[in-house]
Amino acid sequence: MNYILKMSFRNLARNKRRSFFSALAVAIGTALLLFMSATMRGEMRGSLDLTINLRTGHLQIHTEDYKDENMSLKRVDMIEAPLDISKQIEDIAQVKAASPRLNASGIIAFKNETIGIQIIGIDPSSAANIIYQEGLVEGEYLRADDREGVLIGLPLAESLNMKPGDTIDLIINTSEGETDEQRFTVRGIYTTDTPGYDKATIFMPLEKAQTITRTENYASMIYILLHEMDDTAAVKEAIQAPGYIVEDWEEMNKLIILVEKLSNAMMFFFNLMVLGVTSTVIMNTLLMAVYERTREMGILGALGMKAKQVKALFLTEATLLAIGGVLVGLAIGVPLVLYYAQVGFFFGDMGISGGSSFMIGNSIYPYPTFGDVISVSIAALLITILSGYYPASQAAKLEPVDALHSNN
Amino acid sequence: MEIAKLTDVTRVYTVGEVETHALRGVDLTIGKEEFTTLVGPSGSGKTTLLQLLGCLDMPTAGKVLINGQDATGMNRNERADLRKGTIGFIFQFYALVPTLTAYENVELPLLLIGKKNNHKARVMELLDAVGITDRAEHRPDQMSGGQQQRVAVARALASDPLLILADEPTANLDTENGEQVMEIMKKLNQETGTTFVFATHDPRVIKYAKRVVTLEDGKIIKDEAK
Ligand SMILES: Nc1ncnc2c1ncn2[C@@H]1O[C@H](COP(=O)(O)OP(=O)(O)O)[C@@H](O)[C@H]1O
Ligand SMILES: [Mg+2]
Repeated sequence: MNYILKMSFRNLARNKRRSFFSALAVAIGTALLLFMSATMRGEMRGSLDLTINLRTGHLQIHTEDYKDENMSLKRVDMIEAPLDISKQIEDIAQVKAASPRLNASGIIAFKNETIGIQIIGIDPSSAANIIYQEGLVEGEYLRADDREGVLIGLPLAESLNMKPGDTIDLIINTSEGETDEQRFTVRGIYTTDTPGYDKATIFMPLEKAQTITRTENYASMIYILLHEMDDTAAVKEAIQAPGYIVEDWEEMNKLIILVEKLSNAMMFFFNLMVLGVTSTVIMNTLLMAVYERTREMGILGALGMKAKQVKALFLTEATLLAIGGVLVGLAIGVPLVLYYAQVGFFFGDMGISGGSSFMIGNSIYPYPTFGDVISVSIAALLITILSGYYPASQAAKLEPVDALHSNN
Repeated sequence: MEIAKLTDVTRVYTVGEVETHALRGVDLTIGKEEFTTLVGPSGSGKTTLLQLLGCLDMPTAGKVLINGQDATGMNRNERADLRKGTIGFIFQFYALVPTLTAYENVELPLLLIGKKNNHKARVMELLDAVGITDRAEHRPDQMSGGQQQRVAVARALASDPLLILADEPTANLDTENGEQVMEIMKKLNQETGTTFVFATHDPRVIKYAKRVVTLEDGKIIKDEAK
């Protein structure tokens, strides 16, 4: 074995406790970075997935002037004969589902309470809406010919204490700019585990929604889901919808993408902070070692050890601490992240309401990537070794004769 | 030819405002195969002189020639190169590397000067010469002071230097161990022709020397052969 490596190992063994805690600092830093980056990525991915699945789809067809936020029911803002268009689109092989939706705003009145909500008219049988069927917690799912039934989100049902079979009054805006009030029956209660969305969104069959809002044969948009997200651009090219525009998930989720970029920038500073702490610990450890071994450095110098060999000795000690720390950090961090990637952390309603363009589920599932593991490991290794650089050059600067005079 | 030649060497230490004149104009020539001691009271400049001879330190003024090469004005790495294989050191406090065994301590100078092969035979020969082959695998803290100092002697000899400098090598040893170390050094001087210069103020050590150089207050006041 190379003698510098051998001496480094033994030097670390001299003060085992100090070496252990220094390596532990690197390990904790590594595990923390891994955990944070996977969590952040998981959160962003989850948020984008949810928003695509619940609100935007991979692609969407609507009129030029249609804005999701104002839920206009003017016919000029809507799509005529949407079923014909969506059927054509479903013929494209990469398309999983294409289905018209009608968005309207309204108020739900139950017992003595009234709450503003969004009403979405859907085709219950379309694969685009299977998520609501699968999320049914009580009662029944909607049927296309149901004229009185609605699907209510779990948090809304809980807060109003509603059960399937209960009757509610809905006051809905119509195409003519008036309101209509009708009595409905709660058929079922659904959850998408997205409290902000579920508490403010209720569903009814498309035809009923058209009738009540006086928009027969019109829809707000055609919602399109693909088998593979990567096919988005290709399918967008293939869609023929003269007079309408086709938007993809990226265009519709600019805010999420922006927030993701922002949080990546924040992560960068968070990483710097964690690594800064780790690096301080390592630097301190090695500076103490340089101080304690000053006399020894003088002796080694007198025996013929050169400045660059002294530097190599301390850098090797830093490298060994780094490698040990990162390995332990991965041994702790990887299983932890993989575990939480399975079970997620539940934290309930974050208080972000539906209708906003940002869907946040009630749990975060960290999403570790191999790339993250590699880049976190390399960052931790590099920073730790670099922190050894200053103490190492201090040691290398010692003149043997001065070092021999030292009392240490 | 001489191994070391100091001409009108002075060394002034400046600590803050205080200047200490450790050496005030020293002329000294060390020839081959000498067994010379530097004596004088504490603070007379013995250690300073040894460090200049060993190129560990640079004079404030004057000239230091080692093995024909002018060490004055050399940078740190050049001086390290000059020391390599030319000069070995023995310190007052045995000064072994605490993490290395006796064997490894003796081997270290060979590794540091980049010798690759046949360490084993050489190291064992040296440990044998100082009489501690049975301690080869022991670390310094498992050895007595006398044993450690003998390992230090073996280590100083490892790279086969022309000149070995020893600063009060017996100061921390009892009479028996001190004499043992002196006997070993004397024997090596006779058998290998290695030059030894050692500082001491111990009369029991002085009697081994063939030449006694007396320092006082940074000056050589007496230089006599025995
Ligand atoms: N590094 C130093 N800094 C300042 N003064 C020193 C230093 N080394 C030695 N001295 C001073 O120089 C003088 C000679 O010291 P030294 O050579 O160690 O003498 P000796 O070895 O004979 O006891 C003493 O007065 C000592 O205090
Ligand atoms: Mg001295």
